[in-house]
Amino acid sequence: MLLSISPMHIPDGFLSIPVSIILWIAIVAVVGYALKRVSADLGERQIPLMGVLAAAIFAGQMLNFAVAGGTSGHLMGAALATILLGPWAGILVITCVVAVQALIFQDGGLLVLGANIFNMGVIGVAVSYTVYRTVQKFSGGRKWGLFVGGFAAAWLSIEVAALAVGLQLALSGTSPANLAIPAMAGIHALIGIGEGLITVGALAFLYSARRDLVQAGASQAPAGRLVWVAGLLIALALAVASPLASSRPDGLEWVAEQKGFLNTAQDPAYNIIPDYVLPGISNEALATILAGIVGALIVFGVALGMAYARRRPQAG
Amino acid sequence: MHHSIHVENLSFAYPDGHAALENVSLHIEPCEKVALVGPNGAGKSTLLLHLNGILSGSSGSVRVCSLAVNKANLGRVRAMVGLVFQSPDDQLFSPTVFDDVAFGPLYQGLPAEQVRQRVAEALEAVGMGEYAGRVSHHLSVGEKKRIAIATVLSMQPEVLVLDEPTAGLDPRARRSLIGLLDELPLTMLVSTHDLRMVGEIFPRMLIMDEGRVVADGPTAQLMRDTALLEAHGLEGL
Amino acid sequence: MYVHFLDPYRPRPSLVHALDARVKFVLTLAFILTCALTPHGAWAAFILLFAILLSVEMLSELGLGYVLKRSALALPFMLAALPLLFTVPGETLARLPAGLAISAAGLERFLSLALKSWLSVQAGIVLAASTPFPDLLLAMRALRIPRLLVAVFGLMWRYLFVLADEALRLLRARAARSGQGGLPGAKIGGGLAWRARVTGSMAGSLFLRAFERSDRIYMAMVARGYDGEVRSLPPPALRPPHWLTLALSLLVFILLLLIAYLLG
Repeated sequence: MLLSISPMHIPDGFLSIPVSIILWIAIVAVVGYALKRVSADLGERQIPLMGVLAAAIFAGQMLNFAVAGGTSGHLMGAALATILLGPWAGILVITCVVAVQALIFQDGGLLVLGANIFNMGVIGVAVSYTVYRTVQKFSGGRKWGLFVGGFAAAWLSIEVAALAVGLQLALSGTSPANLAIPAMAGIHALIGIGEGLITVGALAFLYSARRDLVQAGASQAPAGRLVWVAGLLIALALAVASPLASSRPDGLEWVAEQKGFLNTAQDPAYNIIPDYVLPGISNEALATILAGIVGALIVFGVALGMAYARRRPQAG
Repeated sequence: MHHSIHVENLSFAYPDGHAALENVSLHIEPCEKVALVGPNGAGKSTLLLHLNGILSGSSGSVRVCSLAVNKANLGRVRAMVGLVFQSPDDQLFSPTVFDDVAFGPLYQGLPAEQVRQRVAEALEAVGMGEYAGRVSHHLSVGEKKRIAIATVLSMQPEVLVLDEPTAGLDPRARRSLIGLLDELPLTMLVSTHDLRMVGEIFPRMLIMDEGRVVADGPTAQLMRDTALLEAHGLEGL
Repeated sequence: MYVHFLDPYRPRPSLVHALDARVKFVLTLAFILTCALTPHGAWAAFILLFAILLSVEMLSELGLGYVLKRSALALPFMLAALPLLFTVPGETLARLPAGLAISAAGLERFLSLALKSWLSVQAGIVLAASTPFPDLLLAMRALRIPRLLVAVFGLMWRYLFVLADEALRLLRARAARSGQGGLPGAKIGGGLAWRARVTGSMAGSLFLRAFERSDRIYMAMVARGYDGEVRSLPPPALRPPHWLTLALSLLVFILLLLIAYLLG
């Protein structure tokens, strides 16, 4: 499979409007700031560098390898982009990758694009950066720090981003927290290993071919303290919030409450009418379905008219 | 006297210490078409990058159309020297053919109407008038090469500098590109391994090896000197 | 080797293709937003939305098969919403083994979610298949998405095909050398770590080439006067018919939402 769908890319419809909007606001702020920082740091080289590397991450996602039982590991690239380019350019590159995937390949929705960029771009990059820099500090810049840091950054960035996806699904009332979060965490604990191994393989290749590239990005990023702290906070917050959300015995009620809170504005008036003929299907519902079908016929009529009007001048 | 290209005692070393050019001098008259041949690593591409001010030598001088190539003149120099890189995939970096051909004129600061006119003329000149709306990755190598030339023609340069224009082309695309180069009424310096093309359309040729210009003269005369050609890894016809 | 199949654009002489990319982009987003805002169980609204979508799909001449086949992409994610069938409290519709019971409210919620997602994906597919990406870039610029970001989108899209070609060549080279030994029981392809390392090296060399290519592109840009600023020609002005299409369609969406909320 060339374009395997990853459970990390949320499609439209799965997040509630408030969750989508909050994350849109978050990424507009972060990406806006990143654009400023990158313009200052990279200068006029930024456009070709980020454009081609975003394309490389995209193409790199086509390189997969068999893990076991028909599943395959492939690259998402947040850690690699962060290590090679530093956090700010990393955020922009992953933003571009995620956005183009959604626009061209419908891999992830458009209305929830803010959430997807937040999970993979902001969380993925910030966590990668925190982990990588911390390991680098401990290793004192020795070679093992590159590989251990690379693997840990890749694995943890995937895992934390997956927790965030699970939490967002639960908050939206799409999936119960006590199922969504452990499921996302479990699947991505495995997917993260693949990500980690490929990241290390790529770093090893680059280390022997062009050491300067590996040592230029995250290792020397100027004033990345903000990202380091953000990555740490995100990782901690999700590490605390996720088990709390999913393991509370009344986790369901908790989600339902959230859902109730988020959806009160959306409850249609007709739901109050307890007029059932069949279990679950009301007269009212049947009537609206009929009304819908009549409306649909009108729409088709208009469409046919348009097609006909267009055909005519062509034929004549 | 006005030369289109005037290089005097140019030397250049890359940051790793490798000396790519040593005391290179050359003079090219307006509307002269000159071929630059020599083995890989001879310094041909390095020399071409100097003509556009992308690299600047540690010593010596480069003048283009009587303008010194330096920071102050960079904008005007780049408008006068159209440099086409070897790989058309590097040269064509925009989503559509139109965007690519319009890139140079846009950065020259021309008004929108004039940019559109320049694009139309440049594409017409390379016989690709119909291709403005096309997307670069759908083109054949031969089409990409022609459009790569159009991307600099739109800047209306006085000098055209090409790196390996016929590399990677099939015989038919090569033939049509040679025809195009023959027709364009511009000063040309073309780096190439294609000696048959040199014999056909370039009256003068320069041979470079190990960072130096080792021969400079009429193509017909140099081509007969098999000893010279062999000494620099070239095969005569 | 060309990876044209990556480009979802399908040229057709249709009304939908001819519509200005900016209008199409806004309308697609508005459609998806309308889907998201439609309350659960408002079947009339869903049927109308589907009818609108279906009409556009037919007018686009893309072929229903093409759109529907691609829309299956959204299916795997439905798994995430499946538990809703059992966890939303409500009247029991059916009992399954293992003590699970499907509730009416759960079914309504799950079906609504699935429909929203499926309709939205189709809208995205029609947009991508009927609009050349360069036109989408123009639409994004018109929507005030930062120019620098749009410029990076453009470069990414241009080199996606070039680098995907390179990735395919690498994969092919790996496949060509991955012979199967004649020995029974011999381990094929090495261990997991080794396979991952080979793949990692391929990714590494892909990145290395990308770095080097970005240098060459930078030089090609500089040679034509690039100074770090993003410049582009002003887009053609939207004409009254464009505005009319936009306004009428948005009005339809708003009416649809009103119907969904007032009548259900």
